[in-house]
Amino acid sequence: MQAYLDNAATTRCTTRVAEAMVQAMCENFGNPSSMHLMGVKAEQVLRDAKTFFAKNLKVKEKEIYFTSGGTESNNLAILGTAMANQRAGKHLITTVIEHPSVSHPMKALEKQGFRVTYLPVDKDGIVSLEALQEALCEETILVSVMYVNNEIGAVQPIEQIAKLIKEKSKKAYFHVDAIQAYGKYQIYPGKEGIDLLSISGHKLHAPKGVGLLYINEKVKIHPLLHGGGQQKDIRSGTENIPGIVGITEAARACEQHLEEHREQLYHIKQRFVDGVQKLERATVNGRTGKDSAPHIVSVSFEGVRSEVLLHALEERGIYVSAGSACASNKPSISPTLQGIGLAKELLSSTLRFSFSFDTTEEEIDYCLQELAKLLPVLRRYVRR
Amino acid sequence: MFHAFLVKYGEIGVKGKNRYVFEDALIARIKHVLYPVEGTFQVTKDQGRVYVEAVGVFDYEETVAALQRVFGVVGICPVVKIPNQDIEGLQKEVLSYMHQMYENATKSFKVHTRRVNKRYALNSMEVSAAIGEKILQEFPGLRVDVHEPELILHIELRNYICIYSEILPGPGGMPLGTNGRSMLLLSGGIDSPVAGYMVAKRGVCIDAVYFHAPPYTSERAKQKVVDLAKKVARYTGAIRLHVINFAEIQMYIYDTCPHDELTILMRRYMMRIAEKIAMDTGCLALITGESIGQVASQTVQSIAATNDVCTLPVFRPLIAFDKEDIVTIAKKIDTYETSILPYEDCCTTFVAKHPVTKPRVDVIRRSEEALMGQIEEMVERALAEDEVIEIR
Repeated sequence: MQAYLDNAATTRCTTRVAEAMVQAMCENFGNPSSMHLMGVKAEQVLRDAKTFFAKNLKVKEKEIYFTSGGTESNNLAILGTAMANQRAGKHLITTVIEHPSVSHPMKALEKQGFRVTYLPVDKDGIVSLEALQEALCEETILVSVMYVNNEIGAVQPIEQIAKLIKEKSKKAYFHVDAIQAYGKYQIYPGKEGIDLLSISGHKLHAPKGVGLLYINEKVKIHPLLHGGGQQKDIRSGTENIPGIVGITEAARACEQHLEEHREQLYHIKQRFVDGVQKLERATVNGRTGKDSAPHIVSVSFEGVRSEVLLHALEERGIYVSAGSACASNKPSISPTLQGIGLAKELLSSTLRFSFSFDTTEEEIDYCLQELAKLLPVLRRYVRR
Repeated sequence: MFHAFLVKYGEIGVKGKNRYVFEDALIARIKHVLYPVEGTFQVTKDQGRVYVEAVGVFDYEETVAALQRVFGVVGICPVVKIPNQDIEGLQKEVLSYMHQMYENATKSFKVHTRRVNKRYALNSMEVSAAIGEKILQEFPGLRVDVHEPELILHIELRNYICIYSEILPGPGGMPLGTNGRSMLLLSGGIDSPVAGYMVAKRGVCIDAVYFHAPPYTSERAKQKVVDLAKKVARYTGAIRLHVINFAEIQMYIYDTCPHDELTILMRRYMMRIAEKIAMDTGCLALITGESIGQVASQTVQSIAATNDVCTLPVFRPLIAFDKEDIVTIAKKIDTYETSILPYEDCCTTFVAKHPVTKPRVDVIRRSEEALMGQIEEMVERALAEDEVIEIR
């Protein structure tokens, strides 16, 4: 039996998405900037995609920008606004649990003379609103907070954060990394007070290499890529039409089944959490109820090295992550797990299990059963 | 401008009647490494010289780089080859060569002529003088020094004429395949690939064995070893890599023996298994990357305790090297970057906080007795499940 429980790392591209993309690659393959009919047809596809996302997010079509993925969306949002607004102020705010595609651009800006405040989180990974209130100042030009944390599934109080920002600062933009949240939650940037929103395709059963950034029309931003002036000169480069078709098709499916899939995921998650709680010396990190993301569970297994458990599960066809997959080929201590104050000895004993709408109860039960078998054996053989 | 190379070989030259064996092995290796290089090449042996000649278009840099990986090659001289002609014609050719190579140079030089074609009108001294004179007239920056010249211009008079002045260094050593085959114990570290390279440099073909211990070592750790073997194979030719699952044996030792002796006992079993595969596959020796005192299992006592189980000779080419020197070679052969990737190998997984550093062979043998009865079967199983990967 196989169980792919690493859907927060990436997801399988659905056949429907793949088929739509093949059509866009092999038949309607024109360059949307071409003046002839082939170009016009491709441009129509691009427009349809923008129309869909504009409706889906309740924003304007001209506020949708397609990128190469989550990392580019986050980089464009942060570096682009910082560069365009540095005369208004050089202070940025983010949290200690952000994905590297947010925290690293922040660090890069620090080297260029910007000041960055990293907000702490509580034991459940929820950002401190008091700390935010204190940090916000005249100089603040951007606040960047992720919607759902990729390692423990903590859901941030986005609307409250937005409200606080608007109260205390007129000019600070609010960027939300919604890469783990989009497709699980219905997000309306206008209603929630979000100025920039990052989305990635391959977390939604679309392929790698395509993402999206919503940029409110009032946001002043500089491009990272200079070239042919596509997408209003904010993101030059021939539009990745097959990818855009893919992410749109995938987002359509998410929209259609949003509630149904979320309920299903919560059910799966609850089943898994219940099972984990029966295992010896295993604890779930963060919240587990409906106030947490429906598809991510972080578990610490005392006395077991996560890397070893991961490979032991792999031998049984079960695929999970230690920390976040993007960073896990270089073993390092996760800032998120440190941020929630996880005991030192558990930092390298923590695995992430993440589900998708196609995860079955059988897969969950199989994983729990194998965990129950493996843990005592692995705990016996440790470094002494 | 160059379409041919003169390949200089060192030690082979002093061999006796079997010299042709070494030369033929060298030529075979040269042909082998040039196979993937862009271009068509003729490799010939001519009166104690090996020539590589490109027919038509070829990639100069790639060709030199390939030749520089052939053991037995001491130097590679890019050669300008021209048809046989009289001294006036030759002088013109030499001047054009000098203009391309040494325009505006200030150097001392001499001309060295080899006259294999005994029907050439002038003798070698006369040719050298005639050419030297022309060069002096044309290049004000050059002056003659026949004792310690900075530049030697070689002229070889054969059925054709060769002009060369540059010698690019080769790796030295002996051609592969002239010295049997040995089994390298390849971990994922810095040392073992270097050890394999060094022994192969003496003409020894290499096979390798890698011990993995899933789930304690990952698929990526294994991939890393495959990648390392590929890098080494650029020099040593095809490597047959044996991947042995060591987990069961490791666990059994862990359960049965004193923990501080775990590493030594593990290494004894690795040596036994490596030796068994070596004997079954026609390898005549083992190769390890051990260096005295580098870690607890490489003290003289530990090496003696490990060596105790072997009957084949064990080559340890790095035995007296400092780490820095090993790293220098690892960088030169381009294995370093791969070696330092941080994947756990099975030696470090369960290493004790304070392993024995001065094990006594008799004590270790006694500890090992506790394993007898069951471990033989595990070794058999590990050998039976040997996964062989052909690296080329």
